[in-house]
Amino acid sequence: MEFLELEKVEKTFFSKESYTEAIRDITFSVKKGEFVSLIGPSGCGKSTLLSLISGLILPTSGSIQLDGTEIKKPTPETGYMLQQDYLFPWLSIEENITLGLKTMGKLTKESRDHALYLLDQMGLGDKTKKYPGELSGGMRQRVALVRMLSTEPKLLLLDEPFSALDYQTKLKLEDLVFSTIKNHKKTALLVTHDIGEAIAMSDRVILLSDRPGVIQKVFSIPAEIKDRLPFDARNHSDFNGWFQEVWKELESFEQSQS
Amino acid sequence: MSNHNHELHKEYVKNLSKEKRYVRLTQVSMLLFFFVMWEVATAKQWLDPLLFSSPSRVWDLFLTRIQDGSLITHTSVTLFETILGFLLGTIIGTIVAGILWWSPFLSKVLDPYLVILNSMPKVALGPILIVGLGPGFTSIVAMGALISVVITIIVVYNAFRGVDDNYLKVINSFGATKRQSFFSVILPSSYPTIISTLKVNVGLAWVGVIVGEFLVSKQGLGYMIVYGFQVFNFTMVMLSLIIIAILATCMYQLVELLEKKLIRRHNTN
Repeated sequence: MEFLELEKVEKTFFSKESYTEAIRDITFSVKKGEFVSLIGPSGCGKSTLLSLISGLILPTSGSIQLDGTEIKKPTPETGYMLQQDYLFPWLSIEENITLGLKTMGKLTKESRDHALYLLDQMGLGDKTKKYPGELSGGMRQRVALVRMLSTEPKLLLLDEPFSALDYQTKLKLEDLVFSTIKNHKKTALLVTHDIGEAIAMSDRVILLSDRPGVIQKVFSIPAEIKDRLPFDARNHSDFNGWFQEVWKELESFEQSQS
Repeated sequence: MSNHNHELHKEYVKNLSKEKRYVRLTQVSMLLFFFVMWEVATAKQWLDPLLFSSPSRVWDLFLTRIQDGSLITHTSVTLFETILGFLLGTIIGTIVAGILWWSPFLSKVLDPYLVILNSMPKVALGPILIVGLGPGFTSIVAMGALISVVITIIVVYNAFRGVDDNYLKVINSFGATKRQSFFSVILPSSYPTIISTLKVNVGLAWVGVIVGEFLVSKQGLGYMIVYGFQVFNFTMVMLSLIIIAILATCMYQLVELLEKKLIRRHNTN
């Protein structure tokens, strides 16, 4: 039994006029401590897949099991990070990072101190009394990372968390998130449309086809790239070869579609 | 160079405060001009002083009525009714909006009724309120509340529904209950809208209460207006109008103060 198992997962959205098949027949599994990326063209259902795994929405058919239990609603085991930080502007940074703990009824002296410790690790220890509006985009996304980690989830779901940032901040944050996840020995699932980011950060890259999303191909990234920090991985001599390979695969079915 | 910029900034600030002074000066002179013209026009009989009274007569009446205590009574009665009507309208409206948000079924069912109630002139319901609640304090407060409650429900409910889904996603991913997501996301992110309905409701509550007093009361500023009108004492009418204008402005300013305190963070995002 793997840590996360998806078995023939399908999701169809219904509206008054029609229905849309977002993903079809998705079967894959993720080992404990693994970092897996999902890439594919926009609208291929990558984010839907994350929402399904988080338990925010339920699959039309198929099963998703986390640590042997079926996911039916959001569990404390998973943490979710969105494209934008979505920090609550009316709460201070400290209140924002303890929001999850408070919602789960797990806010104690220890858990608060742990959240503040994580914030300090991100180099934002002096910002507790500030408000989100006073922080830069990169800082805010780091606060969002702390907010997610504060509840000690085992599985991290990252929904294009770097896409709204400028390039330099994005590269720095990739390294930070990567090393944080490795240090805490978390399992992570990253949705992205950036091929380079997927290769640089993950152990495996799962390529989804256009709607309805099905698994097109799975790439296993070799140790010499996956064990490096994303920034160094991008500079590795084999990196470009992998990039070309994934790129060709993406291109090939995009052409066959049009 | 920085010294140069420093000079320029000083100049800029000076110009700003200069402009502000001119605006204030013009505002005050307009007001003075109005009162002086009013006094002169009635003294010279260009305007009939019986109909239009005059600032000096209003002032004299103000002083006598303050001394015999009756003005204080009338004013405090109306002010109390208005504040109560205003608070009831806003609070009940927000609570009902919350219930509608809670139950999509109920909101669909009630939608046409809200449209009808909203388009209805609420003061027309005055006589019914008086019959139902008795001619007095309760009816007047009810009128003040009724006039603002429906529009509050509609506007606040729309604000609740307009909250960015991603904030809900954040809180739901922590396994929030519906109650938690309402109190930690929906309500606080709607504060700006709730405050702006407060501003509208201040004005509406005054309308409701004054009309209510026209219809039934034996005291209050609305009563002073009607009484003054009936006995042809327009000095009394003018005095009431001026007091209403001052009090309504003060209430509005208070709401603005609350706005600054409560939602200073919302705009920074």
